[in-house]
Amino acid sequence: MLEDIYAVAGELPYILFGSLITLEVVFFSLALGLVLGIPLALAQVYGPPALIRLVGLYVWFFRGTPILVLLYLFYFGLFIALRLDVSALASSCIVLGLTSAAYQAQIFRGGIEALPHGQLKAARALGMSDLQGIRHVILPQALRLALPGWSNEFSILLKDSALVHVLGVPELLAASHHVASRTGGHFTYYILAGLIYLSITLVGLKLLRGLEAKTRLPGHAHA
Amino acid sequence: MRVEGAACVNEPREQSVLRLEGVGKSLGGRRILNDVSLSLRKGELKVLIGPSGAGKSTLLQCANCLIRPDQGEIFLDGERLNQHNSGQLRLFRRQVGMIFQDFNLFDHLSAQGNVSIALEKVRGLSRREAGERALAELARVGLADRAALYPAELSGGQKQRVALARALAMDPRAILLDEPTSALDPELVGEVLAVIRDLAAGGMTMLMATHQMDFARALADEILFMDNGRIIEQGGPDVLLRQGAGTRTLDFCTRLSLELAGRDGLKANGLELLP
Repeated sequence: MLEDIYAVAGELPYILFGSLITLEVVFFSLALGLVLGIPLALAQVYGPPALIRLVGLYVWFFRGTPILVLLYLFYFGLFIALRLDVSALASSCIVLGLTSAAYQAQIFRGGIEALPHGQLKAARALGMSDLQGIRHVILPQALRLALPGWSNEFSILLKDSALVHVLGVPELLAASHHVASRTGGHFTYYILAGLIYLSITLVGLKLLRGLEAKTRLPGHAHA
Repeated sequence: MRVEGAACVNEPREQSVLRLEGVGKSLGGRRILNDVSLSLRKGELKVLIGPSGAGKSTLLQCANCLIRPDQGEIFLDGERLNQHNSGQLRLFRRQVGMIFQDFNLFDHLSAQGNVSIALEKVRGLSRREAGERALAELARVGLADRAALYPAELSGGQKQRVALARALAMDPRAILLDEPTSALDPELVGEVLAVIRDLAAGGMTMLMATHQMDFARALADEILFMDNGRIIEQGGPDVLLRQGAGTRTLDFCTRLSLELAGRDGLKANGLELLP
């Protein structure tokens, strides 16, 4: 029994390193999704019809194609065809980020469309440009409204990040799988992996709930 | 029909602060505004009345180009506005304040933030200057002690007063008010009208759509009666609302007060609007 625990402890650094890679993938994918998702949402709400259709096409493509297909397509197909030297880790972040952007765009669009029409009108009436109105009036409110939905996106993306082991990225699942097949301790190491995923979710969602509470506007608290 | 004795027929054009000429607007194939002309001289308060759907709100929003009119011209201090020049349009809008029926305060900003944001981002004041100016404007509408509160913590009347402070902070040449008290509980109407009355007394140029006939009768320099997208009568309240004037305006006001009386049957004096 004691020996078993020592054995697991010995493998732990390797698995924790895999967890760090997982966090890295999640962080960069969420960030890419955020940076692309906000302009995509704005384009869908305020853009000219041609742009709205274009964004619709993007969203349809990335929501409608399995991530595994996209991972293979980008890493083994697109990047090779373009003669781009993109690492497996970077490819994973790009694919998950582009996919997340499609989902995040819908989350932010919901936030923007939930605001009364008069908000941008009032900003314009004060002499603000549309960009100023969006920057100072629309987004601060829309992002607050989008936060609960966005925390969903975090937990989904964390789980989707396990898929990138197919490209050989040594993330949490890949590390656990490696150790499990080497030692034969499948039960132990997959349980351990599951517990680590659960802990990351727990901490991440707690932090996001904290952010929600911190940005909640006075007079909007639900008793 | 132009009622005899109307005061505005031959005013010198250079005196007008805000002038609309032949403004028209169609939406979805329907003519919402039809050849509307009006002018506001410095310090004038003109009141727009008329049945709902008459085009009052569209007219006000056209008057600061929140809705782009598809016909006609708008002049500020005698200078023609080029609607298609976005820089000129923004400069024009910041000089013509707009008050909305449902306030349109920015919910993520405190009362002070609501007033200071455009000072900072549009007029380029420093954060501190903008904050101080915002406090001064809030004091002017009697809300200095509410500066730190957020819209969700304010009453309707307080919200509309913050909206007035927000408009005033831009030092507007004129203010357009779109039924500023229609969304308020009856007991809150007075505090907002009091601010508007003080502005009128201070010489602010205003165009206001309202159903507050006592207010219009007492303070309006001129009443513009709209129906079907046109101004069909205009003149001083003493002319349009004189007993037996036989005007559409008087007719409308009589019906309005009867409706009010009917809605609140206990108020026997609901008919006091009748001359």
